[in-house]
Amino acid sequence: MPGDPAALIAGPGATQAQIDRLRGELGLDAPLGVQYLAFLRDLLRGDLGPSLSFGRPVAVVVATRIAPTLALMATSIALTLVLAVPAGILAAVRPLAGTSQTVMAATILLLSVPNFLVGLLLMDLLVVRLGWLPAAGTGGLAFLVMPTLAIAARLVALVCRTTRASVVEVLGEDFVRTARAKGLGGLGVLFRHALRPALVPIVTMVGLQAGYLLGGSVVVETLFAYQGLGQAMINAVAMRDYFLVQGIALVYVVGFLLLNLAVDLSYALVDPRIRYG
Amino acid sequence: MPSSIPASATARRARRLLATPATVGGAGLLVAILLVGALAPWLAGRDPSEQDLSSFLQPPSRESWLGTDDLGRDLRSRVVVAARADVLLVALGIGLALALALPLGLLAGYFRGPLDRAVTALSDAVLTFPSLVLAVVLVSLFGAGLAGVVAAVSLTTAPALFRLIRGLVLQTAALDFVDAARALGAGHGGILARHVVPGILGRGIVYTTLLGSHALLTVTALGFLGLGIQPPAPEWGNMLAQARTYLATAPWLVAAPALAIVAFVLGINLLGEALRDLLDPKLLWRP
Repeated sequence: MPGDPAALIAGPGATQAQIDRLRGELGLDAPLGVQYLAFLRDLLRGDLGPSLSFGRPVAVVVATRIAPTLALMATSIALTLVLAVPAGILAAVRPLAGTSQTVMAATILLLSVPNFLVGLLLMDLLVVRLGWLPAAGTGGLAFLVMPTLAIAARLVALVCRTTRASVVEVLGEDFVRTARAKGLGGLGVLFRHALRPALVPIVTMVGLQAGYLLGGSVVVETLFAYQGLGQAMINAVAMRDYFLVQGIALVYVVGFLLLNLAVDLSYALVDPRIRYG
Repeated sequence: MPSSIPASATARRARRLLATPATVGGAGLLVAILLVGALAPWLAGRDPSEQDLSSFLQPPSRESWLGTDDLGRDLRSRVVVAARADVLLVALGIGLALALALPLGLLAGYFRGPLDRAVTALSDAVLTFPSLVLAVVLVSLFGAGLAGVVAAVSLTTAPALFRLIRGLVLQTAALDFVDAARALGAGHGGILARHVVPGILGRGIVYTTLLGSHALLTVTALGFLGLGIQPPAPEWGNMLAQARTYLATAPWLVAAPALAIVAFVLGINLLGEALRDLLDPKLLWRP
């Protein structure tokens, strides 16, 4: 492990004896197993250790940083669904139309641009050239626009492709033919019968991308100096603030598991044949 | 010998799927990037770290096709030398992941039992981390730079690769010819080497290659965050981080590394579209 945390806290002028004493106080001299048990014990008490770079408990840093990140995740998912699902339906219903083919080609390109590059290009366009938005920071909605777009770009492309494939498949099913046979028009079939079963793969895709969504927050928050968990984590790595890195990583893992749980539970909402309990 | 052997249905299908402009273009992009990486010393022109403070932040011109950066270094030679670094990091990361996942996947998929359960549980545990969060944690342990990046790429790739290889082995080992080989008295080692490995080789190589885009995104994201290959050594991610500082005054700094990253990932994505259709026609939708 590069950089002894005790030596870092003690500062450059500290003597070896001072560093050793500090290491003892922090419990860093205990065997790894003992340190891990102590970590679990403290975790149950809600104690994630001290953040050396913020000079506050890690739990407090997490508490102040979590809301901006949650807001970013929420806007990214919302934007994805609002944009991608209609575009995917359009591409499925009118597969040969020029717009549909353009949309599908655009998604492949969008999937090949990493989120930090999307963010950089947005910054170039919206801040440097047009001057419409503040470059970086946290606060009102204006600060959420670019990070949301940067994270959502890839998700929009993926969900759009998934929606198209899924709707195309459902439109070929027998019950859709039956609905048509009893005289229901195109839009009626689509919204009354086809859309709901088609949502299952879409929800799955959102769940599969939960990891990307959370990881994306780390990169994009850093790019836009957005004061969320991800940006705090990168700062913590640079400052060798191991307690904070560990605490935030733990929050991300829990968030990842909760997102996956939410996706699993929402299957029951989307598809009435699926029930839990 | 007849002059033309009738193509099998599989071969015809393969040709139909692969001979599209998108697939050929994708393969072309990928080969081009790999060639640039391989021939970097000859294509770079100037030394990528040679500074010329009399012509810093110059837009693209006849002397330097892609312009110069804040220290007057030639962007063309930097992006070319960075290609070698990025391709090598991707190859090294995936190679190390393969060194972990291939033997474990073969043994777990073939023998099942406690080893399978243990390694599967371990890989599931690693997969509870969002990939990039795990990469950042690993870099904080190994330190920014080569070791950290390679550890991050390989350990975030290995669980997916293990699952993939294990799944392919499970499928292959259940086939009749494996039973036949066993009935003829072949040992486990012989069956693995002569029947299972050749059986998974084609699909395994294709899927492993497709993981290259994920690996490159990890390498460049870490570089962009300042946790990857450290400047002054050029790497596409850290070049973009530098470009961010000069976005208002020198927007051309973005172009070269951005196009290089997009070309690599787009190449793999375009190629992957067709190859996945070819290998798994039942897979109607995919990530």
